[in-house]
Amino acid sequence: MTTLDDRPDVAPEIGRDRRRKEDQRLITGRTRWTDNITLPGMLHLAMVRSPFAHATITAIDTTQAKAATNVVGVFTAADLGESQGVLINAWAITEDQVTPTHLPMAGERVSFAGEIVAVVVARTQAEARDAAELVDVDYEELPAALDLKKAAADEVLAHPELGTNKSAFWQFDSEGAGTGGNVDAAIEKARTDGVVIEREFRQQRLIPAFMEPRSTVVDPTGEQVTMWSATQIPHILRFALAATTGMPESKIRVIAPDVGGGFGGKLQTTPEEWLTFCLANRLGKPVKYTETRSESLVSAHHGRDQWQKLTLAAEKDGTVTGLKVDLLADLGSYVSLVGGGVPVLGAFMFNAIYKFPAYQFNCQTVLTNKTWTDAYRGAGRPEATYGIERMMSELAAEIGMDPIELREKNWIKHEEFPFTTVAGLEYDTGNYEAATKRALEMFGYDELRAEQKQRRDAGDKIQLGIGISTFTEMCGLAPSRVLGSLNYGAGGWESATVRMLATGKVEVVTGASAHGQGHETAFSQIVADRLGVAFEDVEVLHGDTQIASKGLDTYGSRSLVVGGEALVKATDKVVEKAKPVAAHLLEASVDDIEFSGGRFSVKGTDQGLAIGEIAAAVFTAHNLPDGMEPSLDSEATFDPVNFNYPHGTHLCAMEVDTETGAVKMRKYVCVDDIGNVINPLIVSGQVQGGLVQGIAQALWEEAVYDDAGTLVSGSFVDYLLPTSADTMNYEIDHTTTPSITNTLGTKGVGEAGTIASTPAVVGSVVDAIRHLGVNDIQMPCTPERVWKAIQGAGRGGDSTEGAAMPHFDTDQPGTDSTEGAGA
Amino acid sequence: MMVDGAKVADDVEPRTLLVQYLREKLGKTGTVVGCDTSNCGACTVHMDGTSVKSCNVLAVQADGGEVTTIEGLANGSELHPVQEAFRDCHGLQCGYCTPGMIMQSVALLEENPKPTEAEIREGLEGNLCRCTGYQNIVRAVKQASGQTEGVTA
Repeated sequence: MTTLDDRPDVAPEIGRDRRRKEDQRLITGRTRWTDNITLPGMLHLAMVRSPFAHATITAIDTTQAKAATNVVGVFTAADLGESQGVLINAWAITEDQVTPTHLPMAGERVSFAGEIVAVVVARTQAEARDAAELVDVDYEELPAALDLKKAAADEVLAHPELGTNKSAFWQFDSEGAGTGGNVDAAIEKARTDGVVIEREFRQQRLIPAFMEPRSTVVDPTGEQVTMWSATQIPHILRFALAATTGMPESKIRVIAPDVGGGFGGKLQTTPEEWLTFCLANRLGKPVKYTETRSESLVSAHHGRDQWQKLTLAAEKDGTVTGLKVDLLADLGSYVSLVGGGVPVLGAFMFNAIYKFPAYQFNCQTVLTNKTWTDAYRGAGRPEATYGIERMMSELAAEIGMDPIELREKNWIKHEEFPFTTVAGLEYDTGNYEAATKRALEMFGYDELRAEQKQRRDAGDKIQLGIGISTFTEMCGLAPSRVLGSLNYGAGGWESATVRMLATGKVEVVTGASAHGQGHETAFSQIVADRLGVAFEDVEVLHGDTQIASKGLDTYGSRSLVVGGEALVKATDKVVEKAKPVAAHLLEASVDDIEFSGGRFSVKGTDQGLAIGEIAAAVFTAHNLPDGMEPSLDSEATFDPVNFNYPHGTHLCAMEVDTETGAVKMRKYVCVDDIGNVINPLIVSGQVQGGLVQGIAQALWEEAVYDDAGTLVSGSFVDYLLPTSADTMNYEIDHTTTPSITNTLGTKGVGEAGTIASTPAVVGSVVDAIRHLGVNDIQMPCTPERVWKAIQGAGRGGDSTEGAAMPHFDTDQPGTDSTEGAGA
Repeated sequence: MMVDGAKVADDVEPRTLLVQYLREKLGKTGTVVGCDTSNCGACTVHMDGTSVKSCNVLAVQADGGEVTTIEGLANGSELHPVQEAFRDCHGLQCGYCTPGMIMQSVALLEENPKPTEAEIREGLEGNLCRCTGYQNIVRAVKQASGQTEGVTA
């Protein structure tokens, strides 16, 4: 029996800037990336990919490749037949969605450049790649649907047999849903006696570009077939393999070992995984496939790619009265795992923090002959935030009101929470006033506005602009019922198990699957606090379907707010199971047992037992209450009743050189309200990294296709990821209104920075040169586009065309065009 | 050649890259491959005292030389100050770029022991990180250089 002095140090772990448990391995190279795995007799795959965006395969000659040294086999779709399985779309957004069959390897026709047409198996990776060069494929080129707007008009069909490129039309209408008024009426009224702002924005195509290329190893030699994969979603992957290959789910084990980033890009079930699985089973040998970066950029899914037409109605004093959104979303050549649903995730967010009385969202998803698209950090919500935040600033400019004041006029006041929005969501908590006040202070808003005016008055060649984003997002995917109502193929719960070991250690099993987020550290902090055990004594296990048998994995800022809450519930069950044991051993009534700081004590006495002592007593099971099952281990599955709604105010000051179009970020301030913080150090990393991805969309990144449908930004030479020299230090702070949708009071943070930053950055560029007649610059805001916008004093909306990549056409860099592809 | 203090000898195909040799022959899987155009720097190691992208060096070019990888940086259980600073400043998330980023940072500080922030940012320009936004990496290098104080929790 312990006395008070023996109790462990129980300073609260939650809120502490613990250094990460994960790091010791990662900084010393003791890592287990999928590509590190080598098994006896392992074979290697190399893919033969189509160079054409759209073509009929007329012949494939594999003779030479098969004869090459150490080649075990060369396979085409005809060779594998149904054994290759099929890739699923888990979210048909409408009943009549047009969904082309997505085979891992194309048989008769390829529909994007990069699609697999043959696979070589050899004893080494180098030999497989050499032999892949020897596979001779004859193609007959077909016209390709490349430009999104033209594809939406069905001018050229991406899949001729479907008869249309239009996959699905999805609408939310506030009048129909009973959550608001008629948007067309609001717009008509504003045309008569108010203000109507109409804009069209382009969300360019982006590439998630996780640093670890995707890799898959399949070992078919045990009773269960084991797949290691660089994936965010081992559980969904296992389900989909079973569902499409005929192998029982119980015979499949999927492991996501160390995974080097995802950002949505590894929220996918891939052709490469299916082919590796198929060939390992067929050949009875372990098989590995690791992509090259060039393959990754062309064949791992892309993100964003929308045209957004927005119509905002307001009264003359700036009070918003209606918002209508018309989207075209490019799915690429297939409807991927959740690809069609990504824009729908934005449907509930265009109204953002503002009290629109009427709202309508229309989205048409469109098939093209480009790499298929799916989630990329934020998934639907960055697009929505970009649209609305740009529009609010446009409205402010139109009526000559300060853009902060305009937002304040229209946003939900802190005393109005919980607030049901025109999109039908109930925002639980928030305080936009507090976050904005803090951000304005840190930013020095008034001083910067004064400097802006002074530069304008002086006609300075360097102009200053201020961009604003008072964003919110819905995260913590997701209440299963909501997903069901949206026709999503799975639920949104998460699972956790807590195991009390005899030695006093605690094993925590989570269904979330980290790939850089720091779950092991943050979850250890939660469990340490809940059970009153040492941080170091908690071991977090994840990412293996034989260890964490239940889970829905990591995406949509869900791990902490859904998975963390499951963990809380599991620890609560452990405590409840331990109480009768404590009462029994302490010879007291259960009702008199209190649990605090890791110790069960008898009310009003100094008698008590540490939870580790109870665990040891349960392990020996020598002296337990009659009939008690000798185990404290507990499992919980948590299904959230609502999303949660982080918000914040982001402010960006940008200097624009009006002679060259060059932009230079001067200051970036963000104050995010993400509820209670478990680990501020991890949060800082999530926010900073997220910011840079959003800033990169605004300024640098774009997946560019030429007019033949070839991805010309197909390597890290051409796809402009930001470097340390391109970025700066961002000033970050927080205000806190705890969420009431989980007991920890937390909100998601993984996507916040990315969702918020893009409109603040583009808004700052536009604000710097608005007086020159510019009201839009298409992303990314390259110096060339900014310069052209100033010269043309127009929309500056030209997009990058293939020939603008200088090393492809050095004679005519950056010639004018409209849409890059097919212009 | 010497790799992380151990003498090794192998026959390799002439086209074998140093990174392939390290990973596939020696099992030095701490060093990773992130691209195929020598942009990302994830494979950075030290060869004869300078940092190199090991995807850009043939294994035979390292013949007779001395190579240090992330796995040979710590002195037993004692972390190199740059490793310690990356941990302390949360200069990594997924950790995939980290081996290269740390090796490049070590080389940077050997060349310029008290770099300014701009010099750190320029010096790490050849190493890509997708997770951190670089802010905490820069902070880590500054801390490792002794210009700011670290706090370990």
